[in-house]
Amino acid sequence: MGKRVALTGNEAIALGMRQINPDVVAAYPITPQTDIVQYLASFVSDGQVKTELVTVESEHSAMSATIGAAAAGARAMTATSSQGLALMWEVVYIAASFRLPIVMPVVNRALSGPINIHCDHSDSMGARDSGWIQLYSESAQEAYDNLLQAVRIAEDKRVLLPVMVCQDGFITSHSMENLEILQDEEVRTFIGEYKPDYTLLDTERPVMYGPLDLQNYYFEHKKQQAEAMKAALPVILEVADEYKKLSGREYKLFEAYRMDDAEYAVVIMGSAAGTTRVVVDELRAAGEKAGLLKLRVFRPFPYKALQEVLGKVKAVAVMDRADSFSGFGGPVFTEIRAGLYDLEIRPKISGYIYGLGGRDLGIEEIRRVFNDIKIIAQGGDAVEFVTHLGVRE
Amino acid sequence: MTNPEQKIGGRKELGWKELPIGGVVLNPGSAKDYETGDWRSFRPLWSKEKCIQCLRCWVFCPDAAIIVEDGKMVGVDYKHCKGCGICRAECPAKGNAFEMVNEADIEEH
Repeated sequence: MGKRVALTGNEAIALGMRQINPDVVAAYPITPQTDIVQYLASFVSDGQVKTELVTVESEHSAMSATIGAAAAGARAMTATSSQGLALMWEVVYIAASFRLPIVMPVVNRALSGPINIHCDHSDSMGARDSGWIQLYSESAQEAYDNLLQAVRIAEDKRVLLPVMVCQDGFITSHSMENLEILQDEEVRTFIGEYKPDYTLLDTERPVMYGPLDLQNYYFEHKKQQAEAMKAALPVILEVADEYKKLSGREYKLFEAYRMDDAEYAVVIMGSAAGTTRVVVDELRAAGEKAGLLKLRVFRPFPYKALQEVLGKVKAVAVMDRADSFSGFGGPVFTEIRAGLYDLEIRPKISGYIYGLGGRDLGIEEIRRVFNDIKIIAQGGDAVEFVTHLGVRE
Repeated sequence: MTNPEQKIGGRKELGWKELPIGGVVLNPGSAKDYETGDWRSFRPLWSKEKCIQCLRCWVFCPDAAIIVEDGKMVGVDYKHCKGCGICRAECPAKGNAFEMVNEADIEEH
């Protein structure tokens, strides 16, 4: 049975990593991820895990060493934020294309420049097409739960892809929260033993990773990755079902909150979903048909499931905590629009970019967004196509 | 366009459903089936007479294309030699045992 504890998001992740007891962690400290690795280092020195902790000289090396360990057959992890993820860049793609089930907590922080240490999603959004599965967490509880499920999703033979487990820097990572954790034994039974198909250390069945792959094979390997990403959707749901039996907590591809009869809805990811839920409750109490869709799984992008829920409303506001500088809108906005395009009847969709560099998103701003889309749902034309919310003129 | 029927090392090219994932190669040493010799622009022609059998070319050749039998250099494996010229650069023999010749100037082509 679970146990109630008070932990920050980073402590919850570190505790989850202790319970997973990975064979290898290669990591480099970066704000606001730092204390994950710091706590893990304590677990290593106190003998609470058998993890080989490799203190590398950069994030490029962190990801490279993690890939090497995973290719050798180890259950390998790392963790990062912002510039660290950016420095990992080329090897992040290699982890996915080698089909190595690495799990990496990402503590979301704005990308430079100008330099900023606070939360937005520009770091992990930049890696959205790298071939990694991406799970986003609203709270420390969700970060912990997503971390444990990520191990099972990544290592499933139908998937074999790395997973980023994202939580909001400082807002979640450094805030103390009352959450429920599993017993160590329950976690170990849930994740099971990692049995890789190929390992570099198996001299009986030698394999080679990373050969030159030219015109006649590269394309087939990319098709395999594309299919593995699609295959991850049902696996994510299966793992969530099993996790629910163990923990009592329910996870799906997204949370549809008061969406059943909603006429207009906000789509959001991460910690700001909590504030949005408060506004939905307030509007519902006033008789308004407002709803919230909190996206948990961004990669693979669950467009079919989203069609079923969002296809029923008249107006949607998609909230992005990153700008893609496409001149069009944020990444979640553009994908939601594309995902709903084939519906015969589809909602009007507006984009909002909010919270860059850790800018607070207040209840007032969310009320304004709901008011905008209520007007649109009634046939009005109230807002810009994409609004940068809470920015000064 | 690549011919989908094109074969390497006499093997049928596998489709994405049959291919091992992640680009792993399950039969080590199979690089010898990939004949890199056709990348070559300059061919090292070896002179048995000038060769002093120091085997520096064998040590330095990045493609293991120097053929050695019974401890002696006997020739160049042109199926794999890419024509980099390292053998010629490293050869200490007086007059040099290697001559780099443009493939276009070789009559058999």
